[in-house]
Amino acid sequence: MGNSLKWTVSALPKLTAGLCTLLLTCSVFAASTIELDPTENDPDNINSLQRGARNFMNYCSGCHSAKYVRFNTLGKGLQLSEDQLLENLMFNAEKTFETIQASMPMDAAARWFGQPPPDMSLMARARGTDYVFNFMRGFYLDPDSPTGVDNRVLEGTGMPNVLWELQGYQSAVFSTDENGTQHFDKFEQVTEGTMSAEEFDEFARDTANFLEHISEPVRSTRRVLGVWVLMFLIVFWVIASMLKKQVWKDVT
Amino acid sequence: MARIESELGTRTGAFMKWIDDRFPYTETMKYHVTEYYASKNFNWWYIFGVLAMVMLVIQLVSGIFLTMNYKPSAEDAFASVEYIMRDVEWGWLIRYMHSTGASFFFIVVYLHMYRAMLYGSYKKPRELIWIIGMLIFLVLFAEAFAGYLLPWGQMSYWGAQVIISLFGAIPVVGEALVEIIRGDYTISDITLNRFFALHVIVLPLALVGLVFVHIVALHHVGSNNPDGVDIKDHKDADGVPLDGIAFHPYHTTKDLVGIIVFLMIFSAVMFFAPDMGGYFLEHANFEAANVMATPEHIAPVWYFTPFYAILRAVPDKLWGAVLMGASVMLPIFLPWLDRARVKSIRYRGWIYKTALGLFTVSFCTLGWLGMQPADDIFVLMAQFFSAIYFAFFLAMPYYTTIDKTKLVPDRVTYHG
Repeated sequence: MGNSLKWTVSALPKLTAGLCTLLLTCSVFAASTIELDPTENDPDNINSLQRGARNFMNYCSGCHSAKYVRFNTLGKGLQLSEDQLLENLMFNAEKTFETIQASMPMDAAARWFGQPPPDMSLMARARGTDYVFNFMRGFYLDPDSPTGVDNRVLEGTGMPNVLWELQGYQSAVFSTDENGTQHFDKFEQVTEGTMSAEEFDEFARDTANFLEHISEPVRSTRRVLGVWVLMFLIVFWVIASMLKKQVWKDVT
Repeated sequence: MARIESELGTRTGAFMKWIDDRFPYTETMKYHVTEYYASKNFNWWYIFGVLAMVMLVIQLVSGIFLTMNYKPSAEDAFASVEYIMRDVEWGWLIRYMHSTGASFFFIVVYLHMYRAMLYGSYKKPRELIWIIGMLIFLVLFAEAFAGYLLPWGQMSYWGAQVIISLFGAIPVVGEALVEIIRGDYTISDITLNRFFALHVIVLPLALVGLVFVHIVALHHVGSNNPDGVDIKDHKDADGVPLDGIAFHPYHTTKDLVGIIVFLMIFSAVMFFAPDMGGYFLEHANFEAANVMATPEHIAPVWYFTPFYAILRAVPDKLWGAVLMGASVMLPIFLPWLDRARVKSIRYRGWIYKTALGLFTVSFCTLGWLGMQPADDIFVLMAQFFSAIYFAFFLAMPYYTTIDKTKLVPDRVTYHG
């Protein structure tokens, strides 16, 4: 006991320093190791969500399933009719109660890419919307990689850059600090895509927005209901307070 | 009109007599409700007992509905939770109620326990109430731990992996014990199945039973109050404590207001921030359990973290587990560790006030540290605050003896 006490006292200066940096480090840890650009998406923007759904079904759903997402639930959330769903989004499904399945056979995919492309139903909720947003924008040329690209957000990813046509190819510029560790500086455009940088960001933003939506389709419902519940509770609170006052009026 | 009423009165009276001859209904209602007298000067700290009851009911009811749709198997568990969230009518509300409820249960129980520490509610003659309460707390821990495995997410799996493996640190029987708990060589479908049984039957039964006994014991000795004086010392001609007032209709109407305020806060979280930024629903738990991939940072849910920080503060696994166990169990001995003559913080001296303040800061900081990665500086801090945590309890017999207390008034006071 005495020993550990002495030890604790000797550690005090170090401790004070630790306490001072506490608040600073707090935010750093929340952001993990990579700095992510904020998506700045609006989950209530139906147009953005519809564009995101289009993007997802055209560019992602070939390989990525969203196996918990039913088309009819999606239609409700995105204000799309059954016909609109069938014509625009359901490429490999016939009934609207079906869920979003990838077209690619998963065991083959596992062989091709090292592991099967993950399901996207909850990706935005598990990793964060900013994560998927930055992931889509994070591919850079890497001659050592079998796919020719690596990703800043997930180093060593087995996923090829399927959005290259839109974004063009970019390379990553790293700087080395005094400790010899590499830090990502910025991307440099190598080839032009069909979209401008702003257009591509908008594309990724809509898609990330859509992924956030399908990760919790009930989000807007619960927020609307929550307002009603709180309003009810306020009325209930007023009545209960009056009741309490009435009952307690003679208590000295 | 009057005739009908009186006839109704006698009929009801006759009916009640019939009941009372066979079951002590009126007597019980009087004893526990209409003629149970508790102090008039309760402040807002005294709401947390009834709120714990509210939480128990919310968890039991929402739990029943979850059970109707949840599938306790490694194959289906994760998908069945998503099924509840997306396809079951109002399933999302039931699930959020239960997940938010778990955290709020602990918030309420921690504050309820802290109230007991503020006003010395564990002191004579309420030692048994405190011990039963501590047992409730331990069962609640087990209940929450078992429940956390059920969604079968990454944190469910790896969190359980870390905690269950602690038992392996026990010499000789450790490994065998771990296998008995898991029912398998790893955490598997079998573990999930038995945790489900524990979570929905064994532990809730124990919880309800203990809560019943907790209240019986409380009503036998009477509630404490912010002054820590015995209201039964001053009674009127009818034997009613002068400073006391009947539980019903007085405390019930007062509690109702508190319950509504609590439900507002509860609803605000449940409807607008059910994840609570990853504290109530951890992000990594939205990924299905994957035996092949360890999450980069395993942290238990916030209500376990103060004790988890103590575990990690010790470099040795066995001693870490022992100290963590000790840190959970130590408060049981509070009634005998605390030698002060007064109960309430209002009449204690500066030494106890300082000690309780340090304890509060340490407990909260440990809670924060338990969520952080085990970096050197954090481990160092955890050791420092663990030392304060233990010193608060172990040195208590000494510092409460020398602490200069103030004179306790005869009757309850009204301020704050």
